[in-house]
Amino acid sequence: MTEIENVVVIDGLRVPFEPGQTILEAALAAGVWIPHLCHHPDFAPHGSCKVCTVVVNGRNGSACTMRALPGQEVASATPEIQERRRTLLQMLFVEGNHFCPGCEKSGNCTLQALAYDAEMLTPRFDHFYPNRRLDGSHPDVLLDLDRCILCELCVRASRDVDGKSVFAVAGRGGDCRIVVNSPTGRLGDTDLAIEDAAAHVCPVGAILPKRVGFSVPIGARVFDAGPISEVSPHLARTEDGR
Amino acid sequence: MPDDDLETRAVDAALDRHRRDRTRLVEILREIQDDLRWLSPDTLTAVAAGLGVSRADVEATATFYAFFATRPRGRTRILFSDNVTDRMAGNRALYRRMLAQFGLSGDETSADGRVSVGLTACTGMGDQGPAILVDGRVVTRMTADRVDAVADLVRRDVALADWPEEFFRVDDQVRRADVLLGGPWVPGESLSAAIARGRDGMLAEMRASNLRGRGGAGFTTAVKWMAARDAAGGPKVIVCNADEGEPGTFKDRVLLASHAGKVFEGMAVAAWCVGASEGFLYLRGEYLHLKAPLEAVLADMRARGLLGRSVLGTEGFDFDVEIRMGAGAYVCGEETALIESLEGKPGRPRIRPPFPVVRGYLGRPTVVNNVETLCKAHEIAKRGGAWFAGTGTRQSTGTKLLSISGDCDRPGVYEYPFGVAIAEVLADCGAERAIAVQVGGASGVLVAADDFRRRIAFEDVPTAGAMMVFGPGRDLVDVAAAFADFFAEESCGFCTPCRVGTRLVKRLVDKVAAGHGTHGDLLEIRRLQSLMARTSHCGLGQTAANAVVDALERFRPAFERRLAAVDFEPAFDLDASLATARRLAGRDDADAHLVQEFEP
Repeated sequence: MTEIENVVVIDGLRVPFEPGQTILEAALAAGVWIPHLCHHPDFAPHGSCKVCTVVVNGRNGSACTMRALPGQEVASATPEIQERRRTLLQMLFVEGNHFCPGCEKSGNCTLQALAYDAEMLTPRFDHFYPNRRLDGSHPDVLLDLDRCILCELCVRASRDVDGKSVFAVAGRGGDCRIVVNSPTGRLGDTDLAIEDAAAHVCPVGAILPKRVGFSVPIGARVFDAGPISEVSPHLARTEDGR
Repeated sequence: MPDDDLETRAVDAALDRHRRDRTRLVEILREIQDDLRWLSPDTLTAVAAGLGVSRADVEATATFYAFFATRPRGRTRILFSDNVTDRMAGNRALYRRMLAQFGLSGDETSADGRVSVGLTACTGMGDQGPAILVDGRVVTRMTADRVDAVADLVRRDVALADWPEEFFRVDDQVRRADVLLGGPWVPGESLSAAIARGRDGMLAEMRASNLRGRGGAGFTTAVKWMAARDAAGGPKVIVCNADEGEPGTFKDRVLLASHAGKVFEGMAVAAWCVGASEGFLYLRGEYLHLKAPLEAVLADMRARGLLGRSVLGTEGFDFDVEIRMGAGAYVCGEETALIESLEGKPGRPRIRPPFPVVRGYLGRPTVVNNVETLCKAHEIAKRGGAWFAGTGTRQSTGTKLLSISGDCDRPGVYEYPFGVAIAEVLADCGAERAIAVQVGGASGVLVAADDFRRRIAFEDVPTAGAMMVFGPGRDLVDVAAAFADFFAEESCGFCTPCRVGTRLVKRLVDKVAAGHGTHGDLLEIRRLQSLMARTSHCGLGQTAANAVVDALERFRPAFERRLAAVDFEPAFDLDASLATARRLAGRDDADAHLVQEFEP
């Protein structure tokens, strides 16, 4: 009996995988970039942002939640799929209030970096301009929901790593928002500590450690060095340095 | 303080009734709200402490469901059903009349705290609307007089129990009966037949019947049951999905009102086949009036030995059913969202696989079947799979219940063998002049008159059971706007394309309806529909913009009539947006206004 090879083909590239890996995990480990936002290698797959949506053997699915299986033909970097991703990013931009030029996360922000990489040149849709809360009550951590994209990384980090469940998503539909675990609803009244994973996991700066904002100046930050498709910390470096 | 005591007592009592079981959070919150009118921040804190869970998680559940109030509201809460058929029957004028009765301007609570008036999604009364919910109880057939009468009762603080019985009347309105609606329920007949066949024998009949689920997706029931039977882990669970939230659908309401024995016996047949010991009927909040009668049917069946330990004297076959109430969330009709809700969480669809038959309620193998599907299982147990497969079409066996509403002479429930032509249905219900029908509810398809020869079947026009009829003179732009509103309200908010897309579609349709749309906006709606269909997490987002695009494609002139004749037109009123600046500047002269050149 011939052994079935644990390989998926992504945009024509042969990508080996370990049984149990998702398509996204296999791709990133092999140095193949699939854009993603709510996925983080340290946390359980979530599949909510849909930026990593690929077409597998003709069917759409989130690369972060679909298991890699032998024989899969995955389309990811096609113009049509890139256009979808651009639209999803535009959706996230108009839904919140994103002030990139003045944001202290600029250059370290995954949403911003993905938008640059996807060549998102306009907001396309009318902005929603939601009224969102800024909570400065915690001594070490600022919660500014203007930037929140509901990726739930803070929810997962606090629950699964810190064992605290400081964050949850309340509401429904357009009313969805992050809430914190305190009777007052204020972050300062929770047991969140600056050492917690949840205080550092936010990809967009809705949760920001205080007093470190510009210690690395804008221009010298992670995604200032190159497009996220090349410098993402989630991407394995291949031998040829790609 | 006395109020604090009242609150503590209500919270403790509800927690105790549910054994401080965190999976019963939706029920717990329902009962507390019944006592206290709303769920205050202190209440949420107390519930979280009592259950030993994060307060944020309790808040997440409390704010997910439409019927939970986390802000103070009136002692009486009135919600107007706002489906497109309610709108066609004039619900908005009645809503405004009710607001005027209390001097309110829209979706708010009166200053004296007596009453709140708002809107809600389809209440499942499409054949006898416009309907309202008063503190969760449905009042049908609203008229101007009935609005005034309700306002008077509220003003005089008359308890709901003392309102005229007639207000709460809900009729079955069965207009065409076939084997299901026409056949009697002989308690135990189908279940004893199933037991006599043995588990495998009964499953073989299910396979032979080729029954496909009546909830919309049309998955083969026997395959689902066999997968659950073969799944490891237990105890296994049977769930009856009675969250009939699809706008325009009400046939499950009729089955639960008048054929509940068949539903529950169908659940027991399923339990027998897969080896399940626990059953839930997940009943949508809007059908609260059915809860007590259903409890009575369950009690009767337990007394007959059809439920409980050793069902019908069969050693080792223990099965019972518990009713759980929803709290206003369309997405809970999706089976994994329903399971999340059963576990006391917000009803957000899970990642699949694993499918519920492998890992469902509390991680146990779980079969979720629609109300009508279980009635069909009852028929198959009674009369065999071959008999069942003799009706309908090749891929769609048996009969199908249709809920018909809108512009027709005889709205109600109709039972047909699968394969019936839409034109025949329209002739039967008195809607020969219809210009379009929406089949399958808001997530279904809009069929225009030139396609009325098409047939109701999985091979052609599939449906969970809604048929909303639009007669001559109906503007399909308004219909599209109603569906866009619905999905923007009911998206669970989990994934980007649905959470943002439903709102973008709503804004664009509203812009067109208001006369500010352009061809570019119509194109954008279609692009959004394509994106949502391909990237959304669950069926809700995947189908949310379908009806709008169907309307756009089949009734394009209706949309084009409303377009502004320019390439680009902003969605907002330029002059109105300067109002704040004018106020700040303290001037309102002619030069402080922009002249709008465009007149729609």
